[in-house]
Amino acid sequence: MISCKPVANLVEAFSKLPGIGPKSAQRLAYYLLRRPDEEGRNLAGAILALKEKIGLCSVCFNITDCDPCLICQDEERDRSKICVVERPSDIPPLERTGKYRGVYHVLHGTVSPAQGIGPAELKTEQLLYRLRDSSVAEVILATNPNLEGETTAMYLRRMILPLGIHITRLARGLPFGADLEYADDMTLGQALEGRQEF
Amino acid sequence: MRTPRSYQTQAITIKQIKLGEVDKILTIYTPEFGKLKAVAKGACRPGSKLGGNVEPLTYSLMMLARGRNLDIVTQSQTIDGFLVLKNNLWYTSCGLYVLELIDSFTVENNENPLLFDLLLDTLRRLCQADSSEIVLRYFELHFLHHLGYRPQLHRCVICNSPPLPTVNFFSYSQGGILCSRCSEKEGEPRPLSVDALKTLRLWQDCDYATARRVKVKPALSSQLRQVMHGYIEYLLQREVKSMAWLEELRGS
Ligand SMILES: [Zn+2]
Ligand SMILES: [Zn+2]
Repeated sequence: MISCKPVANLVEAFSKLPGIGPKSAQRLAYYLLRRPDEEGRNLAGAILALKEKIGLCSVCFNITDCDPCLICQDEERDRSKICVVERPSDIPPLERTGKYRGVYHVLHGTVSPAQGIGPAELKTEQLLYRLRDSSVAEVILATNPNLEGETTAMYLRRMILPLGIHITRLARGLPFGADLEYADDMTLGQALEGRQEF
Repeated sequence: MRTPRSYQTQAITIKQIKLGEVDKILTIYTPEFGKLKAVAKGACRPGSKLGGNVEPLTYSLMMLARGRNLDIVTQSQTIDGFLVLKNNLWYTSCGLYVLELIDSFTVENNENPLLFDLLLDTLRRLCQADSSEIVLRYFELHFLHHLGYRPQLHRCVICNSPPLPTVNFFSYSQGGILCSRCSEKEGEPRPLSVDALKTLRLWQDCDYATARRVKVKPALSSQLRQVMHGYIEYLLQREVKSMAWLEELRGS
């Protein structure tokens, strides 16, 4: 029990963060207490700015502090390709590969029937609107290769198919460092189907 | 008798939620222990040996170790991943509906091997691209039976008279059919056509091989669906969310 109220409040706030238990929360709070005032103010400022300055891009629904976002504004990007992802946090890893120069569309979730999350709760209508409107030649479905990601991709495929746009899905198969012996049937089956000239 | 520290079981994964960054809490259905919650450590890591072997709609052989709160899945090997089903939006959705019903109506650690068999058979039937409506209705009727909610379809639940060859009624609260006389005393009974009653009764009493040969016209099929869904939601006292999703797919 921490008797000092401001410390207790901060510990409680930290322990709500993902991956942070009560002990780590306490360590962080006492750490900040020992640091110069300025450090605490910077952290508080950064957290405030996160909520105040950041919104969603009105084109691709990625998080951004300007609208449209920097990717949508970039004249160099190929607007004939749209890569559809589940969350804003899926974009940085794709960007880091340096292999994609098209634009994105963030769904903000997946179809999860048992949780009552359907296409209406996601940015699907906005995607279809974008596709009908513009000269998009290819849609890359980059939802996660799990049941919900697959369900979402299958649903999008069904909706996009009548528009006559080329639909692709990120290649699925064995992750780097995997072991054939332990791969599940789905992964191994897809890895076989998607095998390439070597 | 002391329970061993680790044990092996067949399991169908019905749900998973992320726990922290890399772990998952699974809800599984097993023949020996009924519904269980267990932790799959590191299952979200790429290259995890559990990974796809613990995805929902997967039938596997699992090794579990007793944990302080939840047991821990140490190994999982897929017996059937129901890939045909998973490659089709409609059949996947039917599978998710079946899993939601199992999850909603069962409590943990309550063994029901017949229910496990029914679940497994149902997922296999959905893979055979049989009429999904028949597979689902057959599942619902027998699922309710295994849970003690078998609807009484042979006699009026109030006066015990046999049904007339005209329209009868189905009462959610009484869990069965009513004759037209008794239906007047009941609040909001649903009319049930002679064909609908006959079909439900046949499916309730026969094996699946016989059930699947029944030819059902679309109008009758939707009547059967409505009465079963209404009864299920009445029993649950809330909506079954994936039912709405199935409706959405039917419409689009
Ligand atoms: Zn944008
Ligand atoms: Zn009666």
